[in-house]
Amino acid sequence: MSGLDLGFDADLGPLWPYLFVLAAGFLATEVWRWAGVAFGGGLPEDSPLIGWVRAVATALVAGVVAKLILEPSGTLAETPALLRVAAAAAGLAAYLALRRNLLVGVAAAEAVLLGGWLLVG
Amino acid sequence: MPLGSERRIRAAMETPLPAPAMTRRAAILSGARAAIGVPGLVLFASMTGFGGLVREAGLDLSIGLVMTGVIWALPSQVVLAGSIVGGASLFAAAAAVTLSAVRLMPMTAAIVPRLRGEGTSRRTLGALSHFVAVTPWVIGMAELPRLPRAVRPVWFAALGATLTLSNLAATALGYWSAAALPGRLAAALVFLTPAYFLVSMAGAARTTTDRLALALGLAATPLAGVLGLGPDLIWGGLVGGTVAFLVGRRGRRG
Repeated sequence: MSGLDLGFDADLGPLWPYLFVLAAGFLATEVWRWAGVAFGGGLPEDSPLIGWVRAVATALVAGVVAKLILEPSGTLAETPALLRVAAAAAGLAAYLALRRNLLVGVAAAEAVLLGGWLLVG
Repeated sequence: MPLGSERRIRAAMETPLPAPAMTRRAAILSGARAAIGVPGLVLFASMTGFGGLVREAGLDLSIGLVMTGVIWALPSQVVLAGSIVGGASLFAAAAAVTLSAVRLMPMTAAIVPRLRGEGTSRRTLGALSHFVAVTPWVIGMAELPRLPRAVRPVWFAALGATLTLSNLAATALGYWSAAALPGRLAAALVFLTPAYFLVSMAGAARTTTDRLALALGLAATPLAGVLGLGPDLIWGGLVGGTVAFLVGRRGRRG
């Protein structure tokens, strides 16, 4: 790697992973809370900027969900990708069809994942 | 109309009612108790899934605990864990996390007027704002108006501290469970996170923009990865979110 490899796994001492989390995790989130305190109530909730920010945040978290389904790590990676996609789709369908119950949706996704896994072997 | 009933009706309409005085101790207990309930349980279960995710990603438990403690926003925690697994640089990881956390700003701005006691300093509010995340925000927005102003900051601190402690325990529980459970159940535990996020985001999506952002984010991020565009989360989020926003705006106008 190059001299300026600032990845999580960079060889920069035992404290580096924690510094990485503090910088990329704590500071990156806390600044928005502090900004919220600074702006107080003077922030219009329906401004186009806030609308755009919400859309980007939603797409970003949806992107993480897609990655967790398509490229998981650990034992989950042993399942066929198609099974994981089917399980997620089943969860979504069950949630929308059955009274929008969160528990039903999550349980349906898990049931299809585990049931399908048993069938696939 | 008799005068008495008119007064009663007016009193019922004027919410919040003037709250009776409350001792500091009672406020701490009340705040801690508010952490126990359906929203708290859902968060606990999701955080257990996050603990499993940390373990299956090959990260240390201590890293997972620090993430829960200092980030205190599950989507941003999952984004950071995902960025680390994907080998993102510090800057790419920070950019993805910060984009996922911007919503904390309007949330904090909305709760601060309800949270503020008489003469609460900005520094105290800044410290208390660390506890702002979806679950404490929902509980706080509902409960704070019923409390006397003087004890609101300490009530919210007790709520936030209780939720943080229980979710540090949930992170550890999920981590150890993923290690102890048979492989398939550990995998099912990890699958809780995408399943829960997908379903709850679909439930929260009320506008065209929300639904499009969800669908485009799901599609664009893997696409950016396949095309090798670099930090796929940032590409997927920025492009998917911006397109969803523009389409949603045009739909409302036309």
